[in-house]
Amino acid sequence: MEFFQALADFRFMQYALAACLLASIGCGTIGAYVVIKRIGFVAGGIAHTVLAGLGIAYYFGAAPLHGAIIAALVAAVLIGWIKLRWRQEEDVLIAATWSVGMAVGILFIARTPGYAVDLTSYLFGNILLVTQTDLVLMAVLDALIISFVVLFHRQFLATAFDEEFARLRGVNVEFFYIFLLCIVALTVVLLIQIVGLILVMALLVLPAAAAAQFVTSVTRMMLLAAGLSAVVTSLGLGVSFVTDLPSGATMVVAAGILYSAALAARRILRPNF
Amino acid sequence: MNVMTETVKFENVTFAYDRSPVLENVTFSVAAGEFFGLIGPNAAGKSTLLKLVLGLLDPQRGQVQVLGSLPRLARQRIGYVPQFPTFTRNFPISVLHMVLLGRLGMGRTAGPFNAEDRALAGKALRAVEIESLGNTPIGELSGGQLQRALIARALVCEPELLILDEPTANIDVRAEEDIFALLRGYSAHMTIIVVSHDIAFISGYVDRVGCLNRTLVCHATGEISGRTIEELYGAPVRRILHAH
Repeated sequence: MEFFQALADFRFMQYALAACLLASIGCGTIGAYVVIKRIGFVAGGIAHTVLAGLGIAYYFGAAPLHGAIIAALVAAVLIGWIKLRWRQEEDVLIAATWSVGMAVGILFIARTPGYAVDLTSYLFGNILLVTQTDLVLMAVLDALIISFVVLFHRQFLATAFDEEFARLRGVNVEFFYIFLLCIVALTVVLLIQIVGLILVMALLVLPAAAAAQFVTSVTRMMLLAAGLSAVVTSLGLGVSFVTDLPSGATMVVAAGILYSAALAARRILRPNF
Repeated sequence: MNVMTETVKFENVTFAYDRSPVLENVTFSVAAGEFFGLIGPNAAGKSTLLKLVLGLLDPQRGQVQVLGSLPRLARQRIGYVPQFPTFTRNFPISVLHMVLLGRLGMGRTAGPFNAEDRALAGKALRAVEIESLGNTPIGELSGGQLQRALIARALVCEPELLILDEPTANIDVRAEEDIFALLRGYSAHMTIIVVSHDIAFISGYVDRVGCLNRTLVCHATGEISGRTIEELYGAPVRRILHAH
């Protein structure tokens, strides 16, 4: 009740809830691809490398989120290229991009003149600070993500399902892999506002993986994952408000509980599957 | 024989992954409309030869021509059924959607599948007699049903050449007979190349057999004798050829 009262009274709570819902659209849709293509850790690598972009943007006095978008896209292309070119050492190279990206960000932030920048809101998210401008940017990112998915779902699905067959049907598998990582990068930026870059991986993977237990088509997986992530983030927001706990972490724990419940539910509903 | 009637043409083709050649001086052609069986022992280069036809590999020496052009350019006119499914069985996709993905490369690049794609997918499912399974997730299919679904996926682009790599390796004998009877029916409309290790079985269905063991020797199916098999495998084969 307390939460709904706050929602009615405070503009910042309304913005926070809107941010949850906007993030859920992109997160459910792209999370489904991340899960079926098994690129959870690639997405994690992209997310952490974003700190470099945030740090550099701070240092030069630019808008941090613009820095984040650029860094995420650069990381996506870099990691995608690494994966295609050096398949053998993929894990090492992703780990390197991941950690060096973060280190670069920390160094730039350390040298930024003026007050020390509070890193925690980027690392762990601070949904209560979301502004109207942020919401507009999030809506634009959602629109971009959805239109790419509508246009090229067949190719993304084919590459995720059966790469060799997709190649034989004339799909440029390498191009669509890097393209998908770039869309993942945009989604990461969308989610950083909500849970911060360290916890992004959880929201990309858990709702979609939970949805996967109950559906037999990727489109339905996307819709269900978006719905589940809307529930998880709103619920997390409400619980964190009432209990005065960090919102990002509360949402991620809620997502974890949801995922475990989904696994258990499937065991019970379809024990032989 | 002019170029147009040859669907696949190999001229002195040699291919090696590293030093020792997997295929050596392979020369043969498959005529338009032919039902061609390719046999040979394990590691004889059968799958490599198919990859050359599909343009997934390029020969070190010699020339490969498919449907009158380079294999890579002919790819979209070829239907391909792999030996092992190259996907995970628990992927969330229905039989109909898997078959629809075979329509990629036909028509527009962007946007969803259209009514024509769906009509052709339905037709392909009917052709392999699994139209009732369209909405079934692929994870719930039996081995034989999955094999039929894979053939439907290859047929849905209306190929001029259909290539099957050991299509019956993972299914029981009855299903195997059904599938070859099915293929026999299609061979009236298209060229078919089928790889098998089971010479006795496929010689009852195909027009001509290519025996591959690094090099290739072709036989009309009537000519195959125990001796041919012995030469190929280097040891007597227990199964006896059935009469034609």
